Amino acid sequence: MKHLLFTERMKMADLIHANYRLLFVLPRFGIRLGLGDRSIGEVCRQHNVSTTLFLLVCNIYTYDDFLPEVGELYSFSAEELTQYLHCSHEDYIQHQIPEIQQQVKALMENCEAKNATILQEFFDGYCREVTNHFQYEESVVFPYVHNLSVGESANRGYSIGQFEENHSNIEEKLSDLKNILIKYLPDSKAGGVRQKLLLDLFLLEDDLNKHSLIEDRILVPLVEQLEGGMR
Amino acid sequence: MNHTPRKNRRVVLVEPSAIITAGLKSILSESGSEFEVVGCFEELSHYLERAPLLEPEVILVNPVVFDFAKRTLLHTYFEQQPDAVWVAVVHGFMEPEVLRQYHGAVYLYDDKHKIIRQLRQSLEERQQNSEPTADGYELTDRESEILVSVAKGMTNKEIAEAHHISVHTVISHRKNITRKTGIKTVSGLTVYALLNNLIDRSEIE
Repeated sequence: MKHLLFTERMKMADLIHANYRLLFVLPRFGIRLGLGDRSIGEVCRQHNVSTTLFLLVCNIYTYDDFLPEVGELYSFSAEELTQYLHCSHEDYIQHQIPEIQQQVKALMENCEAKNATILQEFFDGYCREVTNHFQYEESVVFPYVHNLSVGESANRGYSIGQFEENHSNIEEKLSDLKNILIKYLPDSKAGGVRQKLLLDLFLLEDDLNKHSLIEDRILVPLVEQLEGGMR
Repeated sequence: MNHTPRKNRRVVLVEPSAIITAGLKSILSESGSEFEVVGCFEELSHYLERAPLLEPEVILVNPVVFDFAKRTLLHTYFEQQPDAVWVAVVHGFMEPEVLRQYHGAVYLYDDKHKIIRQLRQSLEERQQNSEPTADGYELTDRESEILVSVAKGMTNKEIAEAHHISVHTVISHRKNITRKTGIKTVSGLTVYALLNNLIDRSEIE
């Protein structure tokens, strides 16, 4: 598989052609379009982004079984990683989810009132859960990682091992929402709204799955290394 | 299509109103020997007891004989007579989602020809669709009951006690419910139950 992976000499523009879902990733690194023919390495240096981290993220996004090598985790700081994750959270909370909220609202206007309320309540519950989860990472996990990386012994009683359990319920709710829209909500008049919403939900689901993969495959091992160093 | 209609199709009426039962009987007998009324029942339970003996081909049933909560779950009854055609007898308002489950419907103000045509049409469609359907995806009665309890926010232990079954059985029902519906979370199952009219909003804690 090695020869398939993205490398820093590839053109940044080709990266998007290879996997358009990376369009979500670029802005989180502060990279804008209008890329010309510049290589990945060039663009990353221009934007002060760790090329290794950027490539790790892109490879995880694109190749399901990709696992970073241990050495690669040393070449950027934990702060750089949490900065990226933080920007991802902002993107979800400020852009992606509000856009989906708008679409849900538009769909509800074409539903029976009773069904509209049911849908709204379920979706609100989902949004709350996602927001809470991100907030937990922002207020507990990232500060913990920060303390570790500056060499302070972080608050005892917490370790990154506790982190992983949290994702599953959010994923299940999103999958339920899709099934409700595909199978169970009675047909409403506005044809396009529901399809568009579903397409966006599929994209969001994919992106969130990659987001948790990045946390599992980069953040967790990186922090475990730091934790090991503290002992 | 001008083939001669088959003779003596066995019809059962499940209708609380004696006037309507008599009316339907008379319309069907006027149709010659195409339809033969083999049983009339005022209550569903009486019919269900006798159903295996009667082997009806057409069941003309007033949807009000089903408990309100079960009106959208008719397939569990239908399964007991997989070859029969269920036609709703409608007088008064009936939700479209309830009627959609039947193979057809006749209305109080339909003229007699229309009623006969409807019965023939439902039988014909039934025959065309008699290839095996996606069985094993419909919830059983028991699973629907468990689903309602889950949607109401009951724990596995509470459900087990309420239904006099073991927690283990509850868990296996829940696994099947999730497999069949594709819905995994409790709040998702609540939405499913609400959309399918298995519960009312006021019943959710």
